[in-house]
Amino acid sequence: MKYLYFPGCSLKSTGKPYEESILSVFRALNVEIEELKDWNCCGATAYMAVDELKSFSLCARNLALAVKQHGSGKDEPVQLIAPCSACYSLLLKSQHYMDENPEVGRVVKTALKEVGYESEGLHKKVRIRHPLDILANDIGIERIREKVKKPLKGLKVIPYYGCLLVRPYATFDDPYNPTSMDRLIQALGAETVDWSLKTRCCGGTLSGTIQGVGLRLGHLLLKEAIRKGGDLLLTACPLCQFDLECFQDDMNNRFQYKVQVPVAYFSQLIGKAFNLSDREVGAQRLFIPMKLEAAAP
Amino acid sequence: METRELMPDQLTELGENVHRLIKYEGELDRGFAAEIARLAHGEKFYTCIQCGTCSATCPVSHFMDFTPRRIIAMVRAGFKEEVLRSFTIWLCASCYSCTADCPREIKITDVMYALKQLAIKEGVYPKRFPIPVMAQEFYKIVEKKGRNSEGRLMMNIALKTNPFRLLRYAKVGLKLFRRGRVTLREESVQNHGEIQTLLGAVDRAKEAAK
Repeated sequence: MKYLYFPGCSLKSTGKPYEESILSVFRALNVEIEELKDWNCCGATAYMAVDELKSFSLCARNLALAVKQHGSGKDEPVQLIAPCSACYSLLLKSQHYMDENPEVGRVVKTALKEVGYESEGLHKKVRIRHPLDILANDIGIERIREKVKKPLKGLKVIPYYGCLLVRPYATFDDPYNPTSMDRLIQALGAETVDWSLKTRCCGGTLSGTIQGVGLRLGHLLLKEAIRKGGDLLLTACPLCQFDLECFQDDMNNRFQYKVQVPVAYFSQLIGKAFNLSDREVGAQRLFIPMKLEAAAP
Repeated sequence: METRELMPDQLTELGENVHRLIKYEGELDRGFAAEIARLAHGEKFYTCIQCGTCSATCPVSHFMDFTPRRIIAMVRAGFKEEVLRSFTIWLCASCYSCTADCPREIKITDVMYALKQLAIKEGVYPKRFPIPVMAQEFYKIVEKKGRNSEGRLMMNIALKTNPFRLLRYAKVGLKLFRRGRVTLREESVQNHGEIQTLLGAVDRAKEAAK
């Protein structure tokens, strides 16, 4: 099966190591993946605060582009991968509202028609997928386990899922206690640390705008990760990764409890267990080098 | 509009510290609740039992001037001005905890979005507060280019709020730049015309619906 890939703004910029590692891991697993041609902004959370209908229409153009690239005559829906949790959630939200709210549906269809796209049934013709879902459910834990060349024995990993991946649309995992990343990490030979903050907010864009609030949220997560004895924290969203890794110095200037934890993408750790090079998984782009060996007892 | 402080009859030690904002019925905006219910996709909004689950689960409620529960009560009562000028609606990080946990299935995050949209439309958000500034800068970039450019967005927010922010972010910015994780290049779709036509069509459809 071929997947289409919607990068969104972050995976071409701050989230570059996420893009590099996802593409490399999929290549290693012989999964065919192709970038969506001329994709536009998902109408992110900030945009939605200004104009919701425009935000849904921007999403709808991406959905229509996916149907077009896939070939509109096909029966099975096109599988569109959105690795950024905000894009993932927004694309799903647009599908729900286009289908369930007649006013939204009407405006979006009118706008799409004006630019010459098919506008019917976009909520059914496109399936929005997160790479975690694809690795855990389409490819399967067993195939991942078979590919491991360098088992990460003894490494204690903190799986962090964040908010928008499981809320408000939990399509493939539990909204309160998701486990797909846990299972993937265990397949790599590493240990997962059970903690209660798996889906608590990382601070989102507040870490860049109102740091007194945003950094406190991120700091709380890192503090708990350290107290739980984690060697490495893994994320599945470019904003979570950015907030939790890049602002650690700022957190340390602001708060008493000092934090210093490697924060990487789950796909980077999978890549390293597959014995891919640092460059293939974008490891050199991290601020704090990824840890691959357990801390000395 | 005049606001009054309600002082309790018995000025006990506790009572002296009670301050409440009160309004007479004539001063309230009675249509406000209906407007928000429409913008936030749901009549369920009226069924709120004021249980406070939203405020308890919200990771930023203790930084807000009004908790989410109070915002819902204030919207229903018609405290339009106070709600739209509040910091609360901008501090909402859109994590959907409240929406997921609400026993009445009220889409509280969407209520916050509806309030943000209205505050921007009516120009009553706190000025130079970076969050509404970010929303509008983001909107402008995407309207023009169809895609966001993270580096430009960070710079525009700083310039529009407090240029000293640039200094504060310089260290992180430089580290990102050295690692190829941020540039000042403008990202863009190829088919500009299409984005402009699409967004224009939304404006026209909204006008026609009025």
